[in-house]
Amino acid sequence: MPVEPHHLLLFILVMAVATFITRAAPFVILKNRGDHPVIEYLGTYLPPAIMLLLLIYCFKDLDTNKHLPGLAEGVSLATVTVLHLVFKHPLLSIGAGTACYMLMQTA
Amino acid sequence: MLAARSAAMSDSLPVFFGYVPMGMAFGLLLESQGFPWFWATLMGLVIFAGAAQFLAVGLLASNAGLVEVGVTTLLLNSRHIFYGLSMLSRYQFGGWQKQYLIFGLTDETYSILSSRIRQFSSPQEQRSYQLWVTGLNHSYWVTGCTLGALIGSMVHFNTAGLEFTLPALFMVLVIEQYKTTRKWFPFIIALISAALALILFSKSSMLLVSIILTLSLLLGYRRYQPKISHKTIESKE
Repeated sequence: MPVEPHHLLLFILVMAVATFITRAAPFVILKNRGDHPVIEYLGTYLPPAIMLLLLIYCFKDLDTNKHLPGLAEGVSLATVTVLHLVFKHPLLSIGAGTACYMLMQTA
Repeated sequence: MLAARSAAMSDSLPVFFGYVPMGMAFGLLLESQGFPWFWATLMGLVIFAGAAQFLAVGLLASNAGLVEVGVTTLLLNSRHIFYGLSMLSRYQFGGWQKQYLIFGLTDETYSILSSRIRQFSSPQEQRSYQLWVTGLNHSYWVTGCTLGALIGSMVHFNTAGLEFTLPALFMVLVIEQYKTTRKWFPFIIALISAALALILFSKSSMLLVSIILTLSLLLGYRRYQPKISHKTIESKE
């Protein structure tokens, strides 16, 4: 092993604590302020915005040199959207969209 | 409580297909650097952060100091601060359960739990659902990390494209978010922020930069639209 076990344990501990701090900070800093109007506003409108950002982030490494870049992604996302609007069944939309994407990868 | 458990199993299934291959990629990478398999399990178990763990492999290879490890992890995961910010009212009661939910607030756990795709009548059932989703996602991640380190070098599945379950999940959740809020402005603000972040900053910092831009624009928008609050939605429902 390239690193001493006790050093690796410390390393993991530091990384785990740092990650936990980023997740726990708002709960500690804004303790008991969950009903503040600004927090309620953010609780409602931040999630939809972040969801779209996470979606866009998935495609940040899209290969733009390819012939018709983003075609497989676009068609598969459209499949997900249409199926979800029609059947309202998340697993069906996600499964079919992924299958569509995998088929277009091998094609 | 059974309803909460089966709902959590169904809602977290896309994460299973995203986390297992991603965790396996991490386990395989760590094992290839000469670490015994159980270190991958331990890291998945106590860190539970994809990007940070991949970064860890690089930091270990370059023999980085512990201060550097701490600071880099804080910066890399700082977007999680904004996840907690919008979960304050939803993670109400205290104790170990709340600590665990906060510990497990990854991108994917946040995306499921911040969408109101499930409404339970009792707060106990709501809490049980939150714990199941977080715990299941955690178990998928640990499974992936372990499998990758143990057998990653032996198997050659053709999993090309399987990672599409995560964008597909986010697409479904974008639709569900629109259905609950019935407002376009959060999405328009997000699009503007993403475009600005991609044009002005690097791809690697895009997510954090665009979240900060979105937060600022949302707060700015609220100042000019003082009537908009969560109460307007509830009255519509």
